[in-house]
Amino acid sequence: MGTTMVRAQSASASWPERAVGLLGWALLPLMVLDLYLIFLYAPRELTQGDAQRVFYIHVPLAWIAYLCFGIVAVASIAYLRTRSAAWDRLARACAEIGVAFTTLVLITGSIWGKPIWGTWWTWDARLTTTLILWFIYVSYLMLRSYATDEARGARYAAVLGIVGAIGVPINYFSVQLWRTLHPTAVVGPGSSGLEGAMLFTFLFSLLVMTLLFLYVLPNRIWLIEIQDELRGLRRALLEEVARAQ
Amino acid sequence: MTTMALRAGKQTWALVAKDLLVEWRSKEVFSAMVLYVAVVLVIYNFAFEFRRDTVAVLAPGVLWSAVIFAGLLGLGRTFAAEQDQGTLDALLLCPVDRGLIFVGKLLASLLFMLLVQAITVPVFVTLFDVRLSLPALVPLVVLGSLGFAVLGTLFAAMATHTRAREMLLPLLLLPLVVPVVIAGVRGTQVLISGEGSLAVWLNLLAGFDLIFLGVVYALFEYVLEG
Repeated sequence: MGTTMVRAQSASASWPERAVGLLGWALLPLMVLDLYLIFLYAPRELTQGDAQRVFYIHVPLAWIAYLCFGIVAVASIAYLRTRSAAWDRLARACAEIGVAFTTLVLITGSIWGKPIWGTWWTWDARLTTTLILWFIYVSYLMLRSYATDEARGARYAAVLGIVGAIGVPINYFSVQLWRTLHPTAVVGPGSSGLEGAMLFTFLFSLLVMTLLFLYVLPNRIWLIEIQDELRGLRRALLEEVARAQ
Repeated sequence: MTTMALRAGKQTWALVAKDLLVEWRSKEVFSAMVLYVAVVLVIYNFAFEFRRDTVAVLAPGVLWSAVIFAGLLGLGRTFAAEQDQGTLDALLLCPVDRGLIFVGKLLASLLFMLLVQAITVPVFVTLFDVRLSLPALVPLVVLGSLGFAVLGTLFAAMATHTRAREMLLPLLLLPLVVPVVIAGVRGTQVLISGEGSLAVWLNLLAGFDLIFLGVVYALFEYVLEG
């Protein structure tokens, strides 16, 4: 919301900015309602008890995180083809949101795993791939910040965004091979079909998380735009000063 | 068509020969890599306390982590040396396809890695008395090193142009080469124990190598530009 306010001072907010601002306010009651549904409305799961309620947060977060990294790959290809800064900003914003969501996925997953599996962590294909995913995109963000200049960083990041997206399924496949040939007792989360109130709670939670993503994404992109603008201004100012001396 | 392929082959060889010649005269990277593997093996000996009953379990992991770390050391140098001496620009000025520069760098790195392994693996096997047939290990090591070198060459070229190059290369590379480590370790276990299928792991490595060879070849020009 900070971005929208900074902009509002210089010029009246454009309609996308106003729409996103409204979305932000709408999210507040929706998230409270989501918490109500998760903790009070949805029935207690028979085998897992209350621990299963993490599911309503955990799975939507994971889906959106994977969506983010998918967008990073597509935007990276588009950036390398068009060299338009807009694609690069989209990729960067999605990578950041994806890392944040994946962090939450790993944490909520551990909270769920402890009472159900009796352990915080197990090296099954899905968990391992998610962890690897987290490493890949954290290093993506590091690559950007350590690059010697902006354009180079954007280009390198785009290449990593593509290579990373190709690496993830290969990774999943190889960890699965590794596991199946060395079977250990890994109990997956209850795969019983969702019904009625549970399904509704899950879908509602998915909607709320998606809206949250749609609220954060444009704000992050605008913030990057402003940062880029500021960097340009600073450079121009330094050149001006150098010329004056 | 054939003349073009012939020319590409010649150009690639020229690039590889250049790296080999530089290395032959300095012997900087090679000797460091061999010594590094040796000292890692000594450290692992104390870290894991190899005994007759545990060595068969631990050996594949020790072998492949030594391979990976030595590879990182070698890859870090391939572009850094060019960058430090300002020869990277000269290389880019050459009238060769950018993809061939990738292939040349890849082959040079791969050759270094394989040469280091040709010395260190037999030493490892005898030192720790691992029951392992060396010729059978060759395809596994070659395919594994190739996969590692393909992605390693890409990320080494990137890391050179960042502020924290030694630090960034492993961070970029290691998460993506997990399949190579898995296939290498499991394949070596199959060779030691004689149980299970080696073909699964060779196929995994071959698939990994093919996919990333194509992808990196296509993307490498974006890394070298400007």
